[in-house]
Amino acid sequence: MITATHYLMLSLVLFILGVVGMVVRRNFITVLMCVELILNAANINFIAFSRQLGDLTGQVFAVFVITIAAAEAAIGLGIIVALVRLKQTVNLDQVNVMEG
Amino acid sequence: MNWFVVHFAQIVFYCLAACVVAGAVGVIAFRNPVNAALSLLGTFLAVAGLFILMHAEFLAAVQILVYAGGVMVLFLFVIMLVKVRTLPNEPQYLGRLVPAAVGLGGLLAVLVGVGLWAAAHGSPADAAALHQVQGLPLGNTEAVGWNLYRDYLLPFEVVSIVLLVAMIGAIVMGRKEKEGSA
Repeated sequence: MITATHYLMLSLVLFILGVVGMVVRRNFITVLMCVELILNAANINFIAFSRQLGDLTGQVFAVFVITIAAAEAAIGLGIIVALVRLKQTVNLDQVNVMEG
Repeated sequence: MNWFVVHFAQIVFYCLAACVVAGAVGVIAFRNPVNAALSLLGTFLAVAGLFILMHAEFLAAVQILVYAGGVMVLFLFVIMLVKVRTLPNEPQYLGRLVPAAVGLGGLLAVLVGVGLWAAAHGSPADAAALHQVQGLPLGNTEAVGWNLYRDYLLPFEVVSIVLLVAMIGAIVMGRKEKEGSA
């Protein structure tokens, strides 16, 4: 029997891996991918609780999370394109001034 | 054979969980962004499989369409566009790994404790409710749609505005700046 705890542990591992990636990696594109990992972990949690409680609200909010994730990816990748045009780098440590 | 049938859900779960974790490790371990993106694609597909296992068939389809179809193409497109491999190489920051491991290990322990507590006090699952609309046995898509458009119509509209703003923002940031306008 796979319980909600199994799914929660899996989403926990996924979340921690995403945070580790955001801390350790300095490539902007990889950091954005780690944000996607974290949002996927949140979705697994939502749906695990939806199944556990027999309530569809979790699935509805997972739809919202997916939408926000898509918007976040579009904005983040737009920032990357602008950043590469401005500084020719995707290394976050070299992006330390606000003004161009 | 009987053992296989009885434990089918467990076998599928552990296979998919292994794919999810392996893909996530690949995302943060591959130095080539294209490999990381394809690894992320594997994670997305395995998560979609987990959604099916959790009786969320509509979300599994949305996951594949939006993530594997949309977001992944966006990532690969930008990776190709900025030609990351011709940019100067990223330095290694293994020194950050130790504080990260300590802090996140503690976080992991706390969250595992909370999860175990929640599992001990959780209520039993009722999968049938995920496929019902006002007591009628319909599909998962109908049930999600019923909830989305009846109970959560205002958040749905707000999210659509967020998407519109994100689209406009991405276009504004992505276009070339004209001389003198900045």
